Amino acid sequence: MDPKSTLTIDRMVVPINGERNLLDLARRVGIDIPTFCYHSQLSIYGACRLCLVEVEGRGVVASCSTPPEAGMVVRTHSEEIRQMRRIALELILANHEQTCPTCSKSATCELQRLTRRLGVEKVRFKPTHKPQPVDRSSPSLVRDPNKCILCGDCVRACEEIQGVGAIDFAYRGAAACVVPAFGKDLNQVECVNCGLCASVCPTGALTPKWEIETVWKDIENPQKKVVAQIAPAVRVALGEAFGMEPGSIETGRIVAALKALGFDQVYDTSFAADLTVVEEAEEFLDRKGKGERLPQFTSCCPGWVKFAEQFCPDMLSHLSSCRSPQQMFGSLAKQILPAQLGVAAADLVVVSIMPCTAKKYEAKLPKFRQEGRPDVDHVLTTQELAHMIEEAGLRFTELEPQSLDMPLGFKTGAGVIFGASGGVTEAVLRYAVEKVRGQRLEAVDFHELRGEDGVREVSVEANGATLKLAVVHGLKNAATLVERIRQGKAQYDLVEVMACPGGCIGGAGQPVSRDAEAKRLRGKGLYAADKMMQLHKSQDNHLVAECYVRHLGGEPGSSTAHRLLHTKYQNRKRIHGESLTVLESGPSQKLVVSVCVGTSCFVRGSQTLLKGLVEYVEAKDLEDAVEVQATFCYERCDRGPTVRVGQHVQEHCTLDMACQLIERELEQAANTSG
Amino acid sequence: MQPELTQPEATPSERSSGARRFAKVCEILERHGHDAAKLIPVLQQVQEEYRYLPEEVLTFVATSLGVPPARIFGVATFYSHFALKPKGKYTIRLCDGTACHVRRSTAILDALYERLKLNEKNNTTPDMLFTVETVSCLGACGLAPVMVINDEVHGLMNPEKAVQLVDEIVAQEREPVR
Repeated sequence: MDPKSTLTIDRMVVPINGERNLLDLARRVGIDIPTFCYHSQLSIYGACRLCLVEVEGRGVVASCSTPPEAGMVVRTHSEEIRQMRRIALELILANHEQTCPTCSKSATCELQRLTRRLGVEKVRFKPTHKPQPVDRSSPSLVRDPNKCILCGDCVRACEEIQGVGAIDFAYRGAAACVVPAFGKDLNQVECVNCGLCASVCPTGALTPKWEIETVWKDIENPQKKVVAQIAPAVRVALGEAFGMEPGSIETGRIVAALKALGFDQVYDTSFAADLTVVEEAEEFLDRKGKGERLPQFTSCCPGWVKFAEQFCPDMLSHLSSCRSPQQMFGSLAKQILPAQLGVAAADLVVVSIMPCTAKKYEAKLPKFRQEGRPDVDHVLTTQELAHMIEEAGLRFTELEPQSLDMPLGFKTGAGVIFGASGGVTEAVLRYAVEKVRGQRLEAVDFHELRGEDGVREVSVEANGATLKLAVVHGLKNAATLVERIRQGKAQYDLVEVMACPGGCIGGAGQPVSRDAEAKRLRGKGLYAADKMMQLHKSQDNHLVAECYVRHLGGEPGSSTAHRLLHTKYQNRKRIHGESLTVLESGPSQKLVVSVCVGTSCFVRGSQTLLKGLVEYVEAKDLEDAVEVQATFCYERCDRGPTVRVGQHVQEHCTLDMACQLIERELEQAANTSG
Repeated sequence: MQPELTQPEATPSERSSGARRFAKVCEILERHGHDAAKLIPVLQQVQEEYRYLPEEVLTFVATSLGVPPARIFGVATFYSHFALKPKGKYTIRLCDGTACHVRRSTAILDALYERLKLNEKNNTTPDMLFTVETVSCLGACGLAPVMVINDEVHGLMNPEKAVQLVDEIVAQEREPVR
């Protein structure tokens, strides 16, 4: 071995293969150095001090922030290092709320695991922190600051991978904590509910919000018929919770488990995914034919949809109007199942089993309700289902597989690969290319769409036309891509966006895994499941076709299909809060003029407009009659600048328009009072 | 008993000052080229305008710098110089560094708290006239104990002198505006 590119670690001479730090190198050669704050996909932070190692001639250093150098002699454990690690852990534990047996993270807590592994038997320090309230405001996540160890993994994941930055460190010293902006609740800020923070959190400080109890309640209720839909990514991950290999396809056992738990019928979200493919591909071909609103963005991922609603108001018209498979399933189930199962509509309960925390948020959106009832009543994550199976005492690995119920349990491979990044695009292509070519598509695999890169671009030829596609995962990648599209540096016909790295298989609701390979294996499992199916194209799903004939107005894009399967998007403000009074007036009744200074209106010149308005009010001596405010976001970002004068909201407002409105309102007020 | 002081009604010139302030915030942002790296000087200058950092203004600053509001909140809460609650018209900073402390700055603090009916948690008077803070060294140890009212340094303080300074300001503020 070339001594110029080797170092010695725990008496082994090993080559340096360009690892970015000693910790990665140690992992490669089979040494698992303990750490809380180091994640290979995130920036290096160096805060937890658990990854300390001894480097000859340099003393003790943090291995996460020390690049390997040729000739280094490294010891990853010695009496001194063991002591230092134990003290670091003791200090972390001193202020950690130790309600471990009742913590939902208990079985997979990294803090517990390392405490055990490093042999900390006693915490000699007394806690000094005062209990903080637990934030349960989010439909998707629970934030318990009392369990936070300030490793910052969540902060960096939210900002570096998702580009959101909904939470950050605040305050200092002993008061330091991780909070949303201004200490608000999670549901009051720009959090997109993806749960990436929870999947990197080593403790129970951020966890998916469980709704197991409400599901048990409905199952126990003899009046109710409870049906389940299983998302594609769940079947290749649930087994991990029971010691099975990541990627093993467990659809049959999941059906058996759900039936044993008391579910009346078990269906497949992949059926709805096939339906999504048909609707979305038709929408795509229509837009492509007309050359309008391209690229079309996919809309299956509720994390991405909320992100777009908050940060990309100009792209909302580009989002496919298709509901996600979960919501398509919900509205269809509520439409057709009551008659089929002989139950009153109010007594049908739809539960989805999802790899995702954002799906909980999506299911609760007011727009996905009919006659006051939600289309999807409850959303359980893969983790929660595993917990229910454990709670019921079922030995999952010994269950006899059962088959899904019909018709909503029948799917093609196209509906299954939805769970992996690139899968939606591939499924849409299998439909669109066949339709454009006008002949049967035999080679259904588009391997170039698969992979793990954050941004993948592919061009496909079909009948002389070129389709330009992009697949991104991680919302920061999506934001960068959107920016390039805005600047005209990139042009696509179809863009698939998934918030979670790897797509739904990497969702925050999946079993907690320390296996870096798990995600890849789950993806492999999904493509294998596709291969094992007889049908691979959504257009070949005869039960979907039958569904169109019987329930969806005969054909894709019909008005019934639109009512049940499509949706609209809205601009969403990022932070809830009050408006900023720019020109105050006394306490009496004043005409309130509010100018939006949110991002979209700001770039459309609302600041100049505001300035002009103030000057106008001052010049006309109207300070006593008019109060001017700057406000954040009327959620009409695409039609800005937005100005409200009294009760009237004016879109695309100019200074002249605003002044005229003020005059008109003041005149009217004078007339009514006079 | 001191009379309960209420929020004075805004005069016409104060009323339009909001607009000027907002224009000033925009100007500050422009002066720093909407550069997120200049966040701290931006916040310092915004605080000079408002005497504190209002939440809505911080959201606006975050939007125009392209920084998440949570990050700005983090910076604003990290440095004790920044205030997220309105401060009084007169900010009294009493030094409690070593030199001032051994020269009995604590007694001065107690006297100020008593005179203004304040405490460590509740350190701004309801009439928004005074805020009392302690700092850990003003770098004028030769004059210990030291107290700064807004930008004016008062050295060799004792509880009586401190209360007298407060009384003078109160008297001056009571005079009708000419």
